[in-house]
Amino acid sequence: MTILHTDIFKIASHHRFQWEEAQQSHVILFPEGMVKLNGSAGEVLSLVDGKNSVDIIVTTLKQKFKDVKDLETDILSMIKFAHDKAWIEKIN
Amino acid sequence: MVTQNNGVAASVTHTQPLWLLAEITYRCPLHCAFCYNPTDYDKHTQNELSTEQWMNVLRDARKLGALQLGISGGEPLLRDDIEEIVVEAKKLGYYSNLITSGVGLTEKRIQAFKEGGLDHIQLSMHDITEEINNFITNTKTFELKKKVAAMIKNHGYPMVLNVVIHRYNIGHIKEILDMAEALGADYLELANTQYYGWSLINRNQLMPTKEQIDHAEKVTNEFREKVGSKMKVFFVVPDYFSDRPKKCMNGWGEVFMIVTANGDVLPCHSARVLPNIEFPNVRDKGLMWAWQDSPAFNRYRGDSWMKEPCRTCPEKEKDLGGCRCQAFLLSGDAESADPVCSLSPNHPIIEKAIEDAKNPTLQAQPILFRNDKNSKKILSGEAKDLIKDFHAVP
Repeated sequence: MTILHTDIFKIASHHRFQWEEAQQSHVILFPEGMVKLNGSAGEVLSLVDGKNSVDIIVTTLKQKFKDVKDLETDILSMIKFAHDKAWIEKIN
Repeated sequence: MVTQNNGVAASVTHTQPLWLLAEITYRCPLHCAFCYNPTDYDKHTQNELSTEQWMNVLRDARKLGALQLGISGGEPLLRDDIEEIVVEAKKLGYYSNLITSGVGLTEKRIQAFKEGGLDHIQLSMHDITEEINNFITNTKTFELKKKVAAMIKNHGYPMVLNVVIHRYNIGHIKEILDMAEALGADYLELANTQYYGWSLINRNQLMPTKEQIDHAEKVTNEFREKVGSKMKVFFVVPDYFSDRPKKCMNGWGEVFMIVTANGDVLPCHSARVLPNIEFPNVRDKGLMWAWQDSPAFNRYRGDSWMKEPCRTCPEKEKDLGGCRCQAFLLSGDAESADPVCSLSPNHPIIEKAIEDAKNPTLQAQPILFRNDKNSKKILSGEAKDLIKDFHAVP
């Protein structure tokens, strides 16, 4: 699936996304499994809330990380990866 | 990235118990022949932890980093405090899972679990036929399980089914997969029997042939292609039929912690069979000491305990020498290579087990079902003939 700037995603049902103090990272929890996310994946998924469009996520992160090159490409591929893994669902 | 069961490579930099399995009671209304519970469970049924003690276990494990909670048994629903435990688990931020046979699940209880924040329910199913379900569990539970499956779905839970696979149902894999689809399963685990506890005693009666397993896997793969992403199907390959052992529990004291009904803290389900290890109990020095400092949890961390051929094996990081319990149960030496490994000098034990399971005389021996009477028989030494080949003496 190609990710469009107008797409809106939410954390998939039966999945939970949360910050883990003990791990110092975000995690995704689901039946029979869990994934510990690296920092950038955590930043992206923190903004996946069923309201923000991909465009808003990209803009927000570009403001936060002004010096990072190719940020948009990274964000889009992270969203695609999360969607392929069924961690997030498209709602529009 | 630390991942479990989803096929992505795992790497663990420091040990934290990500998974807490609460084996909250060993009492069980079912009597499954393939149960991995300890054969001497009967001695742990009178000294279960109290609700308050379980609350402390949950809090302490969470502080250590645990975030996946399995509430298991025996049959956890035989305790009437699961509702309270679920509420506490939610408050603490666990992703909680009730692992049940379905016996004892009522509308009232499932509603309380949903309101309390239980995240999912894993239901065991046994076969598509009433005959096999009732035979292998030694109970009449077939109709009930179908009702419970519907109840789980109606309450908006993901449908997570677990089917233990053995000789009596492996021929019905296609039908089992279709049943799971018809029930609306989101996850299906086809767990080939692993031989510990009761299933080890009944191994000759339960073990399918290699051909049956290969066929079952092929059917499963075809089904996966058909259903696509709407159902995740896990086919747990039985280790007896592979050349290399499993990386048991993802390493001793690496990510899993089990607290048993009587409060023992274990790195795996069957660790208590190992000789000369005193496992910590939550009633003594608490969970943090158990996980970080107890001699038991440090016993097989790392690889300094390994013997040859594991010690110098280029693959040792991949499987950490396999399962310590299996090495002990089958060879009598807990530090030797898991006999499943074709490089193990004890590998002929596995080859013989596979041959024995084809022997019609051995196949026809009566099954020792998991029940209190049989557990007492094992404890008293009355059933010692049945366990003489294994170092599973309680």
